[in-house]
Amino acid sequence: MTQDAIEMIDVDKWFGDFQVLKGINLNVKPGDRVVICGPSGSGKSTVVRCINRLEAHQKGVIKIGGVVQDGSAAALEAIRSEVGMVFQQFNLFPHLSVMENLVLGPMKARGMTRKDAEERAMKYLERVRIPEQALKRPSQLSGGQQQRVAIARSLCMEPKVMLFDEPTSALDPEMISEVLDVIVELAEEGMTMVVVTHEMGFARKVADQMVFMDEGEIVETGTPEDFFNAPKSERTQAFLKQILQH
Amino acid sequence: MRIILSLAALLALSGCGSSDIWGWYVVNPMTASGWTNIKFLVNGMGATILLSVIAASISIVLGLLVALPSLSERRGIRAINRFYVEIVRAVPLLPMLFWVFYGLPIVFKSMGLSIQIDPFWGAIITLALSDSAFTAEIYRAGIQSIAKGQAEAAKTVGLNYFQTMRYVVLPQAIRRILPPLANQFIYIVKMSAFASVIGMQELTRRANELVVTEYRPLEIYSLLIVEYLVLVLIISAGVRWLERKMGSDERG
Repeated sequence: MTQDAIEMIDVDKWFGDFQVLKGINLNVKPGDRVVICGPSGSGKSTVVRCINRLEAHQKGVIKIGGVVQDGSAAALEAIRSEVGMVFQQFNLFPHLSVMENLVLGPMKARGMTRKDAEERAMKYLERVRIPEQALKRPSQLSGGQQQRVAIARSLCMEPKVMLFDEPTSALDPEMISEVLDVIVELAEEGMTMVVVTHEMGFARKVADQMVFMDEGEIVETGTPEDFFNAPKSERTQAFLKQILQH
Repeated sequence: MRIILSLAALLALSGCGSSDIWGWYVVNPMTASGWTNIKFLVNGMGATILLSVIAASISIVLGLLVALPSLSERRGIRAINRFYVEIVRAVPLLPMLFWVFYGLPIVFKSMGLSIQIDPFWGAIITLALSDSAFTAEIYRAGIQSIAKGQAEAAKTVGLNYFQTMRYVVLPQAIRRILPPLANQFIYIVKMSAFASVIGMQELTRRANELVVTEYRPLEIYSLLIVEYLVLVLIISAGVRWLERKMGSDERG
């Protein structure tokens, strides 16, 4: 039996008195492509942020590559070396060039030489199809280009799992597909990923597991076929009806 | 600047008459005694500048150290910062100066240490301490103005706390921090006048001593104010230059 890439067992989380996650159970095997959807405030971003411990959960167990996440330095190390993250707001470093954005992690956290780090950076910039922008500042790029740089920045750490937290929600409509194309390619290459998104066409194309969340709970999981064609829960049906209406 | 200078000149000229009120002869550069007096006064400039520069340098480092706990997620650690800032900020400079200069050596003595505090270091410790609460607040505001997502992104590419500060947060915050920090330096220069009361031979002390011997407070204190004015205006010009320079590469 292969080790699960991500394992969440009965995870609870509160923000103050408000319970954002209620008994979350989720297993992601190597190579899995999980898409999480649900109305805003349903806790889907929090799930992703708990997986890489940008937020700490209060109850339950989260394992990354078999390592229990307890906030210890060793456990954090496991996350940082295995899990990459792409944010809704890109979060590129505005004071650094695209190239410097990409080599910062490999050089400072991994101790790579500048030459090796730059070679690797160029490889991933080519993969997201913007090698010619390497010397520009993030502010000189379009939103879609910035998000592709952010994806390349994560890839430079060569993670085993990629987390995407609404990667296209801050983009103008005409730029959404250029970012989704890159993510689809990654999926086709076998990258394990967890994607929070409202892009249902994209979900149908890449997901092998759909997760629907509402009010902090996982309401329904299933294959894309079952999920889109025969949703079991009423809440899922209502959500899909709304989101697919237009 | 020009207006101030011509006003000063006018004031000086009006005193050239033989009026009883004005006695500019005490600082008349044309006479030997006047020139000696001027040299005596202006010689305090070096001490004022040295005092301010050293105190400001200490405050810049100390302020950052005090500011860092304020950014913690943990309430207990944030409390360290709040405690320091609230206490230090609340103590007026002059009482703190007395406490450091007259009180602290007694504390040292009770601990079996024979550490003497001379006026120079007494003034520096006080100025740096007192100012550090304000520089800490400047740092805090500057660092907090950098979006949280920046630190999160740094974490996800494996940077630890110090690397995140060093390579991601501080380089962005520094542009917002430097102008108010430079402003704070002007404040230190002016507050350094308090060092005169514990016998530090800086600008104000010298003026006081000359007044005691010459009985010409109006002329001597006028010159003293002009000395501070010149010093501060030079720094102000520097601050504005800095702000322009910072602003010009604010892009991105």
